[in-house]
Amino acid sequence: MAPEIPYRPGLHRWSVLLAFCTLLLVVAGGLVTSRDAGLSVPDWPLSYGKLMPQMEGGIFYDHGHRMIATTVGLFTIVSLIWIWRVETRRWMKRLAVAALLAVIAQGVLGGLTVLLLLPWWISSSHASLAQLFFSTTVAMALFTSDWWRRQPDRMPESAASPVRGLSLLAPVCVLCQLALGAAARHKAIGSIYHICGSPVVTGVVLWISLRILLHYAKNRELRLGALVLLSITFCQVFLGIAAYMSRIAYADSVQPMPLMVTFTVIHVAVGALTLAASVSLAILVRRNVPAGAAVSL
Amino acid sequence: MPEERQPRAMCLVMRKSSLKRPLAFLPLFLVVTACSSGSRTETASSPALPQASIDPATAGTVSGRVVFTGTPPVMPVIDMSSNPQCERQHKAPVQAETVIVNSNGTLRNVFVWIKSGLPPAKWPVPANAAKLDQSGCMYSPRVQGVVEGQEFEILNSDPVNHNVHAECARNAAWNESQPPRAEHKFKQFGTEEVLFPVTCSVHPWMRAYVGVSPHPFFSVTSEDGTFELKGVPPGTYTIEAVHEKYGRKEGKVTVAPSGTASIEFTYGS
Repeated sequence: MAPEIPYRPGLHRWSVLLAFCTLLLVVAGGLVTSRDAGLSVPDWPLSYGKLMPQMEGGIFYDHGHRMIATTVGLFTIVSLIWIWRVETRRWMKRLAVAALLAVIAQGVLGGLTVLLLLPWWISSSHASLAQLFFSTTVAMALFTSDWWRRQPDRMPESAASPVRGLSLLAPVCVLCQLALGAAARHKAIGSIYHICGSPVVTGVVLWISLRILLHYAKNRELRLGALVLLSITFCQVFLGIAAYMSRIAYADSVQPMPLMVTFTVIHVAVGALTLAASVSLAILVRRNVPAGAAVSL
Repeated sequence: MPEERQPRAMCLVMRKSSLKRPLAFLPLFLVVTACSSGSRTETASSPALPQASIDPATAGTVSGRVVFTGTPPVMPVIDMSSNPQCERQHKAPVQAETVIVNSNGTLRNVFVWIKSGLPPAKWPVPANAAKLDQSGCMYSPRVQGVVEGQEFEILNSDPVNHNVHAECARNAAWNESQPPRAEHKFKQFGTEEVLFPVTCSVHPWMRAYVGVSPHPFFSVTSEDGTFELKGVPPGTYTIEAVHEKYGRKEGKVTVAPSGTASIEFTYGS
């Protein structure tokens, strides 16, 4: 934000790459669960006692997920070293440390869920932390961008339509909804809870997005952020319906069916994007609407 | 007539998907560790029981069959394309074995056993091992019983990797890899549990069922849908039939000395 922050295009591109690889990792993790491949490789950290087992059947998905996870872990270490060496913002260094701790925790949770035969609470924590980690990488990409250095077109908070506090509600609700979805996928709860959570989260997203579009639309960043969150959430609702319908259609199948797997995995990936969009919007609100006395607009 | 009970389709995996779990789970996952992990511990064997003795002169038989009424469901063809080495082992497409209705209208792969009525006793454990083979990326047999403490031998006759996951609830669950040409695995189950699935996540269509019984009076219906429990002491027993999809049914029989008692179970779509 401060004009003296130097722009480092290399670091920004690296952060974007890390975020992209993390999204791929979320997709790979979704494939493991949807294809019932979570226990294809019973040992950990090695796979069938090797670094590279024969990539067949469920092993392709399970070990493939481990390989992408290892890559993301290494990329996160590089990010931390890079940021630690060149960044002047202390909070940015702390964010990079938090990202590394999160990715380590993810690895441990992933290993534990295999060794303990997929207990729902570990598998669901693993799935939820993955979503949080992806949002962290997206935030890192935002904070290292050239755009972040530019002075924002700040506007005061409207007393009648405050937005700073409200903007935090969306990521919290989306994260809870993602955790419900993860718990349903790991058979801890029925999918009814996730289904019931859907209108609540959609309502909260609509609430904040419409408030921004109605009262803060002059600010381009906020307008864009709200529209992106709204669009992704809209897609996510329909993907959720498609994923559920495909599960009903293939309830009697003896193996995961491609259509069900496809819809479910896209739903998981867009869920990660929804959380990232809501976190980004909350960041944008804090950047563009400074704290202080709200005024009547 | 056999008494109908609530089906417990697809056995124990479904238990975990019950709606009993609380909603507040996200930050609380780690808190419930102890509760969840406790379910895996194997139940301690019952206190010292007298050794069971069967008098061959009076032992009888329980026989019967399992009938299927209605239209048999069409089983889907298994898609083995994810592992061509599995596919190559079959000359024709392989159908799922969830429901197999025999040509005489009976149901195959139903586990039938004496659920109750036997005097409390320690029954002899068979010296030979019960075998589960992985061949053509299918389990063989699909359903079988073992006596508590009996050796359970697992073979991999395939040229591919398998993982063997015993999804027990009352016995200790385990999941182990078994590469091609690996040594046979030998396991034991110490607690009564009818039935639990054995699955392979490398090949998600692979599924077998094992019933652990404290005594040797169990059978699985085969190509003619019949079953026979031999060497049963005279008495009145509750016989239970368990099918992986259609659940449980039970009925009572009385075995006279050296006699044969009959019972028929009926399942339908």
